[in-house]
This record gives sequence, C-alpha cells and structure tokens, in this order.
Amino acid sequence: MYRYDILDRTLVLERVAEYRDQVRRYLAGQLSEDEFRPLRLRNGLYIQRHAPMLRIAVPYGVLSAQQLRTLAFIARHHDRGYGHFTTRQNIQFNWIRLEETPDILARLAEVEMHAIQTSGNCVRNITSDEYAGIAPDEIVDPRAFCEILRQWSTFHPEFNWLPRKFKIAISGAREDRAAVAFHDIGLQLLRSPAGEIGFRVLVGGGMGRTPMVGSVIREFLPWQDFLAYVGSILRVYNLHGRRDNIYKARIKILVRALGVEEFARQVEDDFAYSQGGPETVTKQELERVLSHFASPPYSTAGEAPLPSQERPFLRWVERSVRPHRVPGYRAVVLSLKPTGIAPGDVTAVQLEAVADWSERYGFGEVRVSHEQNLILPDVRVERLHALWLEVRAAGLGTPNIGLLTDVIACPGGDFCSLANAKSIPIAQSIQQRFDDLDFLHDLGEISLNISGCMNSCGHHHVGHIGILGVEKDGAEWYQVSIGGADGSEAAGGRNAIGRIIGPSFAAEQVPDVIARLLETFVDARDEGERFVDTVARVGIGPFKDNVYRHVTPAQRDPAAASAAPAERRALHEAT
Amino acid sequence: MLQALRLQPARVLTRDGKFVDLPEGGASRDSVPLTDYLAQPAAATGVSLVATDDVRSLTPHLAELHLITVNFDKLGDGRGYSIAAVLRRNGYRGDLRATGDVLVDQLHMLRRVGFSSFELRADQPEDLARAALRRHSDAYQAAADEALPAYRRAPRAGAVA
Repeated sequence: MYRYDILDRTLVLERVAEYRDQVRRYLAGQLSEDEFRPLRLRNGLYIQRHAPMLRIAVPYGVLSAQQLRTLAFIARHHDRGYGHFTTRQNIQFNWIRLEETPDILARLAEVEMHAIQTSGNCVRNITSDEYAGIAPDEIVDPRAFCEILRQWSTFHPEFNWLPRKFKIAISGAREDRAAVAFHDIGLQLLRSPAGEIGFRVLVGGGMGRTPMVGSVIREFLPWQDFLAYVGSILRVYNLHGRRDNIYKARIKILVRALGVEEFARQVEDDFAYSQGGPETVTKQELERVLSHFASPPYSTAGEAPLPSQERPFLRWVERSVRPHRVPGYRAVVLSLKPTGIAPGDVTAVQLEAVADWSERYGFGEVRVSHEQNLILPDVRVERLHALWLEVRAAGLGTPNIGLLTDVIACPGGDFCSLANAKSIPIAQSIQQRFDDLDFLHDLGEISLNISGCMNSCGHHHVGHIGILGVEKDGAEWYQVSIGGADGSEAAGGRNAIGRIIGPSFAAEQVPDVIARLLETFVDARDEGERFVDTVARVGIGPFKDNVYRHVTPAQRDPAAASAAPAERRALHEAT
Repeated sequence: MLQALRLQPARVLTRDGKFVDLPEGGASRDSVPLTDYLAQPAAATGVSLVATDDVRSLTPHLAELHLITVNFDKLGDGRGYSIAAVLRRNGYRGDLRATGDVLVDQLHMLRRVGFSSFELRADQPEDLARAALRRHSDAYQAAADEALPAYRRAPRAGAVA
C-alpha cells in the first residue's frame, strides 16, 4: 500500500497543528460557531445528537494492520469501544470529545492517516473497488490513480469551497464494484484497442434528493490528462454550480440544467487551457506511486483444495470467500452484519483481531467495502478453515455476504442530526425477522439499503430493496422502493434508481412489507433468478399489489416506543 | 506590486505577511465595477469583481490592469478562488486582492490561487494572519504560486523495499 514520504507527512502534521490552533481559538471564543463549523467539517468533525462524530479517511478503502490497531486504540480510549465503517469506505467514531480531536489526529498522523476533507463542500475521500489489485476481472489496477488523485485533491486551493460536497470513485475492473455511475465524477479505467490506459469519464451521478445515473462526457481520456480534466470539471462546477439552494447545489443539477453536451463543451473548453500543463501526470510519477502497490511476495504453490468439507464452513466459503487473481489465494469478506449489530459497526477487540489475521493469514493489509464489510485480501486456500474458526468466534463470520441481511445502512436518527428517521432499528428488525440461513441462501443475492434521510448515505436508491426514512407530522415513516441497481454483477450490471412502490409504512410494518416483497419474488421468479432481475422482468406491479393487499399503511401507534441508542450500546458491550 | 495600494482606507496584508495601511479617501478612485470598466476601459486601471462576474471578459485587458479586487460575500462562496486562478492562468500579473469576508484561515489557499494582497475583515488579528501565511511549508499541486507540482520540484520517495 502507499506509504507516506516526507512531503505527505509534513502536510498532514501541518494540518494537525493548524486544526489544533483552530480548536483552541474556538474554545477560547476567538472563532465563532459559524466560522469554526466549515473548518472542523473540513477535518471530518460533525456535531451530532449525542456528541461530536469524527470521520476518518480510509483512502480508497485500504488499511494496514498497524492502522487498524490505532483505530482500535481510538475506539477504546476516545470512544465507547467501537467504530462504524461507512458506505464511502471511511470509519466514524460517534462519541468523541471535541477537546481530544487534535490529539486523535496527531495519533492518526503517526500511522499515516487523517480526517482531511472527510466532510465539507470539497473533494471527499476517493473511493474504489475493494478488490483492487487482486480481482481476476481487473483491467487496470486503480490504486495508483486513486492515490495520485488523493494527493492532487488534498488541500487543492481552488476547490476547497465548492457549492457542495464532491465525491469521486475510480473503478478498474470489468464489474463495477465502486458504483461509479452514482458519483459526482465516476472514472472507469480501461485500455484502448492499442493497449493504452485511459478513463471513461462520467459526471453528475448521485443519490440524495435527486438521484441520477451519471452521464459519460469522455469515452477515453488518456491517463496523463486525468488531473487536468478533473480540474476542469471542478472549475466549471465551482464557477457555475448553484449556491442559492443547498438541495440544488450538487454538480448533477448543473449538468442537468446545462445539458450534458453543453456541460461537456464547457469542460473541454477549459481543458484546452490546461491540457499539457503542469498537472499532466508524468510517467515517472505514475511509476513512483505504482511502486507502492507492487504485489506482495505471493507463494507460487498454486491452487489447492478446500481444507474441509464441513457444511457450515462450505456455506461461509460460498458467501464470504471471493476469487483472487493469484492461483491458490482468495479474498475473505468479514461480515459486519450479524443480527443485532448496527451494519458497519465494529468493536476495538474485533479491529485488533482483524489486524492480527491480516498479518497471520496475509500480508498485513485489509480492505473496506462500500457495503460496510471488511476484507482480508490475500488468504491461502488451505488456511481458510483455520481462519474461519477464528472469524466465527469473533462474531465476523455470518455467512450473509450479498444476502438480504447484509444490509447497508447509515447511522440514522439514533446518531445523525440530519436524519429524519432511525435506520439501525429497521435493519435490526429485518435481520431478526429473516435470520433463517437456508431461506436467505435460497433467496440469493439481494441488496437491502436503508437511509435515514434524503441525503442517502445508506444508498437506498440503488438497493434492490431500498428503504428511506421520512418524517410526517412528527412521526417516522418508511418509504420502500425496489429495483435499484448499482452497476455491480449482483445488480445484473445495470445502473438504475429504485422505484417507490407506494405510500410509506410505520417502522413496525417494515418487516411485513419485506416479507410480502419476498413472497412475490418467490412466486414470480424463474429458476435461479435474482430478486433484482425478477423486478426488472415483471415490473413493480405484482410486488406493489401483494404488499398493499396485506399491509395497510397504518397510523403509527404512539405507544410503540422506538429503540433508544442505549439498547444499541448494550448490544456492543455484550460482544 | 504594492504601489497600487492607495485604494482602500484600510490595512491590507501582502502575500509576504506585511501589513500596509492605506491612505483614506482613495477608495474606488481607480477600481470600478466590471460593467463600468468594460464600458470605458481607458478610464481605469483597476476593476472590482464580484463572484458572479464573467472573468473571461477581462482577458483582453489584463495587461493594462494594475489592480483587480475579488469580493467574497461570504466565507463559503468559493467562486473567487476559481476567478483568481483563471485570471493568473490568463496572464494577469498585477495586484490581485481578496476583499470582503476574508478570514485568517483562508489566507493560505487564497495566496495559492494567486491573490497577492488581502483586505482582511476588520476583526481579524494581525498576528494570526501572519502566522497563517507561514503555517504551510509545501503543497502537492501546482497553482498560481507554484509552477510545478511537488513531485516535479524535488524527487519524492518511492516504495522502500
């Protein structure tokens, strides 16, 4: 993985010192609340319902064992013993004290981590394929390009005060596992017929209030030009994006207002000035960064049989073990979705266990997926059984990867001050209702994504089943959509925004609604068909009819108390 | 670059961290709104821009201008950064001044995109402003203040085996 040199280290340490000074001035009353807010946000610090939340960047989802141990230390000493992996491959701590944040950042800097630009109206953490560098279907390894773009976008002086947040994803494989069509900029690496490396450039995708699939504005952009071209996109957006209405400030609204062709023309116009200029990436720089991503010393022993035929082990292998480009190696997904735990949550003890496994079963590296799971990227086949025993004992071996209970969810109303409704209790009620593994396996791959508000951090728009928390008359309601697709293989390679099936439901009705959706699916599916493919084939009609025939969106019973965050903590303390 | 600083009755910080008090009464004599300037370019050598101005309309006149001010209505409006970057890219070499909601925590990036003087908001302490300009020793990107990205200025380390 990428290791800091003196420049990287200097920039991060200088930011820590600057941030420390900003916190000091704020606490001394020299910086107003309004002036401090954008400064702390640019360093990932939100003020949430209970306490400040600190979001730490995990660049393109790659972590070292040492970094995991530092995250465990922070969880234990500065939080309540756990952290939360997000849908953008970052990690959040929800119970942080503002006064301690400069020290946390100084500790992170020691292991080459930071919280720079994890919030605020600037370029956020670059996300990518969690199987980068090991996927058998990879065309070009995206990691070096992610790192080059990370550096370029870090403290870019021109683009630190954009109209709104800005998210970029890079994918380099045949299967799009980074949902590039749902980002402000999506970069798809490919090779030209002559073998040259370049990018297909998509712009204006996104979720939120106005979900949109991104539009291609360049079919093939030579890699040398990608920083200058991204700069031109950002410049057009910075100058012309709307700033009068926060809900219309994302780049997708500008792209739609201008039309894709006119937007592309303006970008190309600007790019004509910067093409060939100092932002052009040199071959030497690419090679320097590439040297950080050289293959680890893989064994050449080749393929080997599975070490056990034990049924629960085989089931875990089927769900959690993924192919690897090197014969005899596999990627192992650790499920952060056991029933009863908030999706993406992980304890300090688990973080340390994962760090140990990454060293004993691999080369000391771990990946974070946007589905909020962790991945051990380089495990030998013959060691899978030994690993499984340890993973299962640590509570990370639920064989539900890609299945209904592998729920993606934002922290929701239990934590987030933006949320209209809770997400975690909904995820838990679904996991509790559908915990029969045989049933889940028979259903096959289904993504179920939950967001507690329109900001869509839980990616509900692209869930095969999407659930959105909404507020009506002071009560929490849940709107259900089906047929969303994020471009991955499990989504049939399609990109689609889910369609809302009808009026919203009360929280306690959601598991029944899911049950009726699944019932419709089981009746209508062709042999082996996935839920999302059945929806695409038969439309939402039969699903909608069956749901509303049996479940009437009821008035909420005011006596039905909602789960308090205290219960969630109790669950953590129990693990 | 500082000879043009007779325009505002306030203190102006230079990119080198020096505060210059400006004589009173000189404001706006030499710095006019964009539409006025474009109507009569010969009548002024300074222009005051706001965030919505089309900066490209100034391109033919950049060599004649000594001062361009860019006003920041509010802290979060970043259009001025791109306006500055485009002016410098198009060859403007005169004084480029940030005015309005200019706070010490913005100074470093304002300087990087090409601003050469800063009319800080009145409550901003001078010592913090000077410190802010000294705080960052380096940067990754090429920008108006740095012709090359870091990796082309000095060799950077590759992976250590």
